[in-house]
Amino acid sequence: MPEINVTPLGAGQDVGRSCILVSIGGKNIMLDCGMHMGYNDDRRFPDFSYITQNGRLTDFLDCVIISHFHLDHCGALPYMSEMVGYDGPIYMTHPTKAICPILLEDFRKITVDKKGETNFFTSQMIKDCMKKVVPLNLHQTVQVDDELEIKAYYAGHVLGAAMVHIKVGSESVVYTVSVNKYAKSHISAWIDKCRPDILISESTYATTIRDSKRCRERDFLKKVHETIERGGKVLIPVFALGRAQELCILLETFWERMNLKAPIYFSTGLTEKANHYYKLFITWTNQKIRKTFVQRNMFEFKHIKAFDRSYADNPGPMVVFATPGMLHAGQSLQIFKKWAGNEKNMVIMPGYCVQGTIGHKILNGQRKLEMEGRATVRLLISFALTKRLIHVGKLLACVFCFHTLQLDVKLQVEYMSFSAHADAKGIMQLIRMAEPRNMLLVHGEAVKMEFLKGKIEQEFSIDCYMPANGETATVTTNPSVPVDISLNLLKREMALGGPLPDPKKPRTMHGTLIMKENSLKLVSSEQALKELGLNEHQLRFTCRVQLQDPHSDPDTLHRIYTHLKSVLKGYTIQHLPDGTVMVESIVIKVSSSAEDTNAKVLLLSWSYQVKHRHCPCSRLSKLGQKHNRLKT
Amino acid sequence: MKLYCLSGHPTLPCNVLKFKSTTIMLDCGLDTTSVLNFLPLPLVHSPRLSKLPGWISKDGTINLEKELKDCAGRVFVDSQPEFCLPERELLDLSTIDVILISNYHCMMALPYITEHTGFTGTVYATEPTLQIGRLLMEEVVNFMERVPKAQSATCWKNKEIQRMLPGPLKDAVDVWTWKRCYSMQEVNSALSKVQLVGYSQKVELFGAVQVSPLSSGYSLGSSNWIIQSHHEKVSYVSGSSLLTTHPQPMDQSSLKNSDVLILTGLTQMPTANPDGMLGEFCSNLAMTIRAGGNVLVPCYSSGVIYDLLECLYQFIESASLGTTPFYFISPVANSSLEFSQIFAEWLCHNKQTKVYLPEPPFPHAELIQTNKLKHYPSIHGDFSSEFRQPCVVFTGHPSLRFGDVVHFMELWGKSSLNTIIFTEPDFSYLDALAPYQPLAMKCVYCPIDTRLNFHQVSKLLKEVQPLHVVCPEQYTQPPLTQSHRSDLMLELQPPPMPYRRCSVLNLPFRRRYERVYILPELANSLVPSEIKPGVSVATVSAVVHSKDNKHTLQSVPKPPPVAPSKKRKRVMDEPPVVLAPKPLLSGAVPLEAFLATLQKHGITEVKVEETADGHILHLQAEDTLIQLEEDGTHIVCDNNEPLRTTLRDLVLRFLQKL
Repeated sequence: MPEINVTPLGAGQDVGRSCILVSIGGKNIMLDCGMHMGYNDDRRFPDFSYITQNGRLTDFLDCVIISHFHLDHCGALPYMSEMVGYDGPIYMTHPTKAICPILLEDFRKITVDKKGETNFFTSQMIKDCMKKVVPLNLHQTVQVDDELEIKAYYAGHVLGAAMVHIKVGSESVVYTVSVNKYAKSHISAWIDKCRPDILISESTYATTIRDSKRCRERDFLKKVHETIERGGKVLIPVFALGRAQELCILLETFWERMNLKAPIYFSTGLTEKANHYYKLFITWTNQKIRKTFVQRNMFEFKHIKAFDRSYADNPGPMVVFATPGMLHAGQSLQIFKKWAGNEKNMVIMPGYCVQGTIGHKILNGQRKLEMEGRATVRLLISFALTKRLIHVGKLLACVFCFHTLQLDVKLQVEYMSFSAHADAKGIMQLIRMAEPRNMLLVHGEAVKMEFLKGKIEQEFSIDCYMPANGETATVTTNPSVPVDISLNLLKREMALGGPLPDPKKPRTMHGTLIMKENSLKLVSSEQALKELGLNEHQLRFTCRVQLQDPHSDPDTLHRIYTHLKSVLKGYTIQHLPDGTVMVESIVIKVSSSAEDTNAKVLLLSWSYQVKHRHCPCSRLSKLGQKHNRLKT
Repeated sequence: MKLYCLSGHPTLPCNVLKFKSTTIMLDCGLDTTSVLNFLPLPLVHSPRLSKLPGWISKDGTINLEKELKDCAGRVFVDSQPEFCLPERELLDLSTIDVILISNYHCMMALPYITEHTGFTGTVYATEPTLQIGRLLMEEVVNFMERVPKAQSATCWKNKEIQRMLPGPLKDAVDVWTWKRCYSMQEVNSALSKVQLVGYSQKVELFGAVQVSPLSSGYSLGSSNWIIQSHHEKVSYVSGSSLLTTHPQPMDQSSLKNSDVLILTGLTQMPTANPDGMLGEFCSNLAMTIRAGGNVLVPCYSSGVIYDLLECLYQFIESASLGTTPFYFISPVANSSLEFSQIFAEWLCHNKQTKVYLPEPPFPHAELIQTNKLKHYPSIHGDFSSEFRQPCVVFTGHPSLRFGDVVHFMELWGKSSLNTIIFTEPDFSYLDALAPYQPLAMKCVYCPIDTRLNFHQVSKLLKEVQPLHVVCPEQYTQPPLTQSHRSDLMLELQPPPMPYRRCSVLNLPFRRRYERVYILPELANSLVPSEIKPGVSVATVSAVVHSKDNKHTLQSVPKPPPVAPSKKRKRVMDEPPVVLAPKPLLSGAVPLEAFLATLQKHGITEVKVEETADGHILHLQAEDTLIQLEEDGTHIVCDNNEPLRTTLRDLVLRFLQKL
């Protein structure tokens, strides 16, 4: 039995470093190639040694598909293609292709230039990697090779996010990132009822069933407004591209409507560029934005200005969007440290936070944070040692003191799941749409997955898998075999069955399947003989029945004919002019011997193909004997 | 399979293909050349037009003074311009399942078809085709509705009267079916039936047919279509281009292996080289401006104008036209310019890579930013106050019968300093200018038609090798005016099948195979046997299930086992046992081997007699004859069923079953 194997190298019962291997119909596909935000060591990238211990991956993979530009889905791409080695095609949508290298470069800068790590991919590697990218259009069916085809659907998660339908022969897999159920508002909405063998879905918000987007938006604005009113500062940690733009639009219109004066800042760098991308790829955004883009570009903001580091200390209320979104490094973390002590302030986390990040900690209610100070400590120590200023004992105390540097979190922490990851409802809806035969969950926490798995199995009675990293889920498929049937044969069978299908009377057809060099043709037996250049071999049987009858041969035959007619009801019986009687396709002849004209020989002749039910030779010969008796 | 041809215009086609129980309309072109018979619609009152004399037949018997006006010896209808619609009587248009649109120029008749024929199907088009098509329709509607004309001329359409009319009016066809422009409401309703598709997307129609658009390289989102089943393939080639302009290049290889290729939309200017025309356009423009004149470019608001602007962007500085204002006037000018920048994935590679930087793909963004190019919805409003001369104006409609261009014709026509440069190939410039005669303005004709020329198309056809080509009859003979140019026609082997308006062609198709799917259970039960090296056969008995035009073969269900009931035996109806028919046999029975086998089965007394065609075996003990021949075996015996069965099975051992 053919089977499909799915092995997560990352994101198996975990959030981060998405990387899923799929083997289908002899093809190997890598879905996403992400990094993990919570680690700084080897665990940051997927374990590619699973594919091969030594050498390049090109021979083992037919293609790589990237679903969207978030680093947990594409962050390991240059490492995989340039450092491990992969030269095959990498598919991603146009917006992803545009934005992904920028985020990768940003990530590289932070890691190499700021943290001083070596053995990391270089700018040139990012460029070389991007050269291997083949852009995907929505709904375009891309033929990777003769057998493997992929098709991208709009996913609505972030700009350019896509679901992918992967098909080999009649087997197929759908991989979707966090599907936004609001994707339906997009003009070319959603997926067909494509009935894949497996639907692989993220399950980041597996247990949450969120309120309507509208409610959340209203809630968000209310919280921001209240904080501003009491003179507090609002920090919104975001990733540069994606939800940030939508929140900006939201605040911009709110400020306009309420005539608010407090400044809104967006941390610099990517902002302007990011907005420009949104403008050029407006066909990939939602319909509301598309509709009005000629009159008014939604991404040109009046109230939102670029942020400068010094503004953080300004008095008075303000709203700041700062990167990154999980408070694990960079500007958002710096601002957070500055503002954390004041209960008037607020931090709004608009997205999911990976375990290990500050964002995750404060969302879990932690109010005392140990801040990393190691780098500074190490510097101090080396300084102190060179100057021989301090005693070793004091030094230990000093290290201890720095390690427990604490930050009291007094500001309000709010969580709003604006991030467009799929929630349980969205996933269920997707299953209803696509009608998969099996479900496979990735990119979520094991406990939450378990919950969703139960729900799916209960509601749809399909198998649901949730393999851990390095574990393989195997699904056997049962593909039907495509065959070319001769139209004559098909039409003949259709005609036999009458115009309407009758469930009680199955239409049967009989033919010969010719298998020749990968082609399968189903034709009638006669045509098969002709096509194969074979002669038919006739197999006939003749049965001799002796009987006594004084009449002449033709008369005997006629008497038999009339007798048969009266006995065999429902059969076609013909008396042919050439001196034979046909019962269906059985030929009856009479001959008499030269010596005794009364001794007749009845010859019953039929061919091998005569259907058994129609082969009444035994009955006929009995009849002959009866006849004999009658006469004598 | 049939093709119904509803339009005679080779570049504005409208054909209906009946293929495997689906009815597919290919394009929905609107023949707008009919408007050339009408008087222009001026935006502001034109004393010249209103003073034109009415027309009375020479003998004075027909007086159509109110409907027809005479201008410089030509007669024009004084009424709102009307369009020549695709033929609607040839077949019931409500039976159309889908309409496939190839580019935004070929969809202008859509509202007439979708709104007034009972059409209930779906229209398929790419996103740029839909968006720009909408703009072009909006523009025409706007042009018409801006200057409503109370009068609607109908008398001249009377067959008896039309016969008596002069000039082109007399020869105009189907005038009684000509229709006024649709309304915006009809446009919106028509376009709401459009389903967006991407290049190479496979769209299933009722499970019977798959259609797929391919890039055709002619305009933003323009496509050719593949219409295919598993065994038949029709390619529909409409407006395609091999030149490198802004759209994505043409996908040629996917057209290979077509049974029929329907070829429309070749260049209307086979003798004009687009590059040369572009050069001429620039030099004439610069010359006029330097001499202090104005340049008028009547054009559509999307398409070639993007290339013109790009060309000018490079040309302006070198020709020191840096201070000359360029105006683009159209109700959809802004939208067209904006839309052009957001269809990155539909653009050629060069432009696509710009978006990744991110920069706008077309340089007209910079022209607008630097105020070199200004766009206005109409001559009213801001334009009238900001307008400086000498200048270059791009505006529609290229027929010169409606739109802002009419105003500029009246304004600039009298001065020989000014120049009108025709770039659109759809209208004969002499006909377009006719109602403005006498004219002092200079006229330059630089039609830019990037569609395939005859040389390119014959090379393409050689490469993709369709079995049959169908094309408008115009392509099968040289143009009337250049009858000696045999290179300006299609010469193919077999010759193309020509069509004209109202033709119904039987396409030379023999459907011989259909795809069925054998379910795994049945597939596993098949027993193949090798007939020749590499060729195996298996007999198949199966139940055919047909649903949504998909056929599957299932195993024949076994009759339900009779429950071994201990109660009294019920007399069962004869169970519906479906016995497989006996297979056909092939091969021959070798004598020696057969005799040996007979011996093994205890039949030893065999007398062999040679005949002309083979042998007769006399089984003496059983009093049975077996006639062995090359292509037949005949077993003659008395009523001895077991013997017959044994012999039969022995013979069958040597034969192949099919």
